[in-house]
Amino acid sequence: MLSTDLGLDTLPKLLIHNAGAIGGRPAIRHKDLGIWQTWTWLEMLEQIRAFSVGLAELGLKRGDKFAIIGGNRPRLYWAMCAGQALGAVPVPVYADAVAEEMAFVLAHAEVTFAVVQDQEQVDKIIAIADRLPQLGHVVYDEPRGLKDYDRNHLIAFEDVQRIGGKKLASDAECLRRWEAGIAEGKGSDLSVILYTSGTTGRSKGVMLTYENTIVSARNANAFDRLGQDEEVIAYLPLAWVGDYIFSYVQSYVAGYCVSCPETPDTVVEDRREIGTTYAFAPPRVYENLLTLTMVRMADAGAVKRKMFDFFIAVARRWGEKILDREKVPLRARLLYGVGNLLVYGPLKNRFGLSRVRVGYTAGEAIGPEIFRFYRALGINLKQLYGQTEASVYVTAQPDGEIDAETVGKASPDVEIKISDSGEVLYRSPGVFVGYYKDPEKTAEVLTPDGWVHTGDAGFFDPKTGHLKIIDRAKDVGRLHGGTLFAPKYIENKLKFYPNIREAVAIGAGRDFVCVMVNIDLTAVGSWAERNNVVYGSYQELAGHPLVYDMIAQHVDEVNRSLAEEEVMAGAQIRRFLVLPKELDADDGEITRTQKIRRGFIAERYAPLVEALYASVMAADISTQVTFEDGHKGVIAARVAIRDMKPYPARAAKLERAA
Amino acid sequence: MRAPSSREAALGEVLLAVEDVSLSFGGVRALIGVSFDIRKGEILAIIGPNGAGKTSMLNVINGFYQPQSGRITFKGKARTTMRPYAAAQGGIARTFQNLALFRGMTTLDNILAGRALKMHRGFFWQLIRYGPALKEEVEHRRRVEEIIDFLEIAAIRKIQVGRLPYGLQKRVELGRALAMEPDLLLLDEPMAGMNLEEKEDMSRFILDVNQQYGMTIALIEHDIGVVMDLSDRVVVLDYGRKIADAAPEEVKRDKNVIRAYLGEPHGVSV
Repeated sequence: MLSTDLGLDTLPKLLIHNAGAIGGRPAIRHKDLGIWQTWTWLEMLEQIRAFSVGLAELGLKRGDKFAIIGGNRPRLYWAMCAGQALGAVPVPVYADAVAEEMAFVLAHAEVTFAVVQDQEQVDKIIAIADRLPQLGHVVYDEPRGLKDYDRNHLIAFEDVQRIGGKKLASDAECLRRWEAGIAEGKGSDLSVILYTSGTTGRSKGVMLTYENTIVSARNANAFDRLGQDEEVIAYLPLAWVGDYIFSYVQSYVAGYCVSCPETPDTVVEDRREIGTTYAFAPPRVYENLLTLTMVRMADAGAVKRKMFDFFIAVARRWGEKILDREKVPLRARLLYGVGNLLVYGPLKNRFGLSRVRVGYTAGEAIGPEIFRFYRALGINLKQLYGQTEASVYVTAQPDGEIDAETVGKASPDVEIKISDSGEVLYRSPGVFVGYYKDPEKTAEVLTPDGWVHTGDAGFFDPKTGHLKIIDRAKDVGRLHGGTLFAPKYIENKLKFYPNIREAVAIGAGRDFVCVMVNIDLTAVGSWAERNNVVYGSYQELAGHPLVYDMIAQHVDEVNRSLAEEEVMAGAQIRRFLVLPKELDADDGEITRTQKIRRGFIAERYAPLVEALYASVMAADISTQVTFEDGHKGVIAARVAIRDMKPYPARAAKLERAA
Repeated sequence: MRAPSSREAALGEVLLAVEDVSLSFGGVRALIGVSFDIRKGEILAIIGPNGAGKTSMLNVINGFYQPQSGRITFKGKARTTMRPYAAAQGGIARTFQNLALFRGMTTLDNILAGRALKMHRGFFWQLIRYGPALKEEVEHRRRVEEIIDFLEIAAIRKIQVGRLPYGLQKRVELGRALAMEPDLLLLDEPMAGMNLEEKEDMSRFILDVNQQYGMTIALIEHDIGVVMDLSDRVVVLDYGRKIADAAPEEVKRDKNVIRAYLGEPHGVSV
């Protein structure tokens, strides 16, 4: 359906169109009292229309902002469209936001109405009401617990619809006026303000037009060939751009049905009942599913466990190849078929992923192991890179071109470039108008010719042509010679080895890259036991020549893989040392969330850093340590330094191919 | 958000009257001449130190124990003896301090069991599960689903109760009592063994049950803080005697109550 050709450039217009064209098809479902309730496009139009007219009667008008607060329920999605039909702009708010955060967003957006789910949200609004002088009515979905509340500004969803219904019945002109109001809307109108939960400072209100979201949605639907028959479950926060696009805009554009779960805790079960075909989740959802499975398998009987382990090994070996339609020996294909019958099929059914055609993970980096696990089972899981400012889509992996470490190619209509500093910039029809009431911040991110700074550093992988995100741009530096230096990228490669617990890469403004490594006591300790390496302390083990040999081998492998990447080849590790003590939050070396504090470490271990860049083979260090019982002591050690030989750029690849 | 004045007015006539009830087990005098009323629509808390006779009182109300003397008037009808099932049929439901659920059955089935007294079709009809019997079952199932929704236990609908954590089992038990649609709901230590969050949840459910269904609730509780926030009226027992019967704020100031709780010596008598 080419929505723009028909002049369908706003969501209310699409709603009316769908109610006419596919009026009898399901538009939205909600599990209520244990039973799935369905509304067709026609029924949904009636619901939205009555509510919309009711809102107008209560005083909502063009240009007003109104808040949507709550879980994934049909009525909250309807409220968005109902307000948009009047030319008002919805501002979805994270339902779990505490009253303080909510006060900031609602005041900043100057909302005049709020449509909320239940008592919990009503209570929060009452608590901050004195800071929201412009707030008029609060509409609630669930009446429970609200019986004794002050009714002055509080009104039930049904009552608003009743007001609207009465008006529509009594005033023949009303319907025409409502439809004329929708016709007045344009694609370039502001359609939604989404507040990003910024990791630093106050959240910013990202303004998106109808055009932004509808063009993005249409491109995405075409990219994955999504049509009316998709089944989608809406379970992510309404305030998140992902949910807004997947559960609302893409549904209106493609005409597919969105299902709302019974409660947030029943999503897995509900997903299984619905049999979603298009799934979207942040990595932690996939991680949780996998952990749950592994824990249950550990409790299962010996036969089941053996069978599981055997066929999972088969899947890991052949599953991805079969999914990507590569050539696979017949024996493997047969074995995989049996596995599908016995293990993969039932497992996918448990996950509610049996029917998934396209599954995306986004939001943050997913562990390659987890990613491959799902793909090995035959689930078409792909990665996507997006931002609120882009109406989600920046890059996505096309079917059959999957790589655990990249985020894919530029989405349709998206241009991407890498700045000199290594930052990723994009330009697309989905690019936002600006941050609401914050031109300064807008100017920082959005260039006059339409490019958006992502704040992420990345490069295009020459092998696949896919974008690879390596680090936050502000952490990325350059070596003395101008080579890109992304410390986290190198550190993550090292930490992939179980023997290496922590790594600190140094190189910004230097001639070459050096690393300081922490061994993992559990892994290296058990290795030592197996290899008859005797040691008396962590320090002794860390300094053992055999341990150095082992770490050198890991570093060498990392260098080889860096050499394969044109951009990274110059950032190979030239020298390394193993730290005599574990980096510890008690000593301020890492944060409580296990992130290393680069600046602090560089200062604390300055003699070691100096030695790494001088041509000595060992250095003395004495540092203070805090023991678990709180008393302090000093560790003094002579730390050895090893030289590494870098691989010639790209040559490594040839060597391997030969 | 509760407006006390409107609630005061909403409290109706006496639903259950306890008059001069005494109960003893051999030489132990569990209750000594206790009298109080439970009025329609209120939340009444019965509190007291360990061994004060709280659970005995509850057991007398729903017919588990027969008091040696005294009278209980429920819905205008006086009685001295009453069987538990008669109490249940008469509209009294309760939960237990130490949970009495069917552990091998699912949450759904446990709550459905609470509807047993409301099933009118006989065994034969249930067996063929057709026509009126089916209609009846669908209706009961709908009621049960409402309770599941109300108590926010949809996620454990089909899980065996024995596998659930304690706090959730308590909630299922409350659900089963609600399924009986009683006139009077007796809760025996609904918050026992719960963490703070679970206690807050349970308080909210109790308040909502009272508010939404207008259900009269009498509860026994150890946690004084919870009781004071929750109840309209508090009856305090100590060594089998009633020592206070008033609104929470007054009870908090009552000298006798403070003495009972702070453990002033009761004199040594053998």
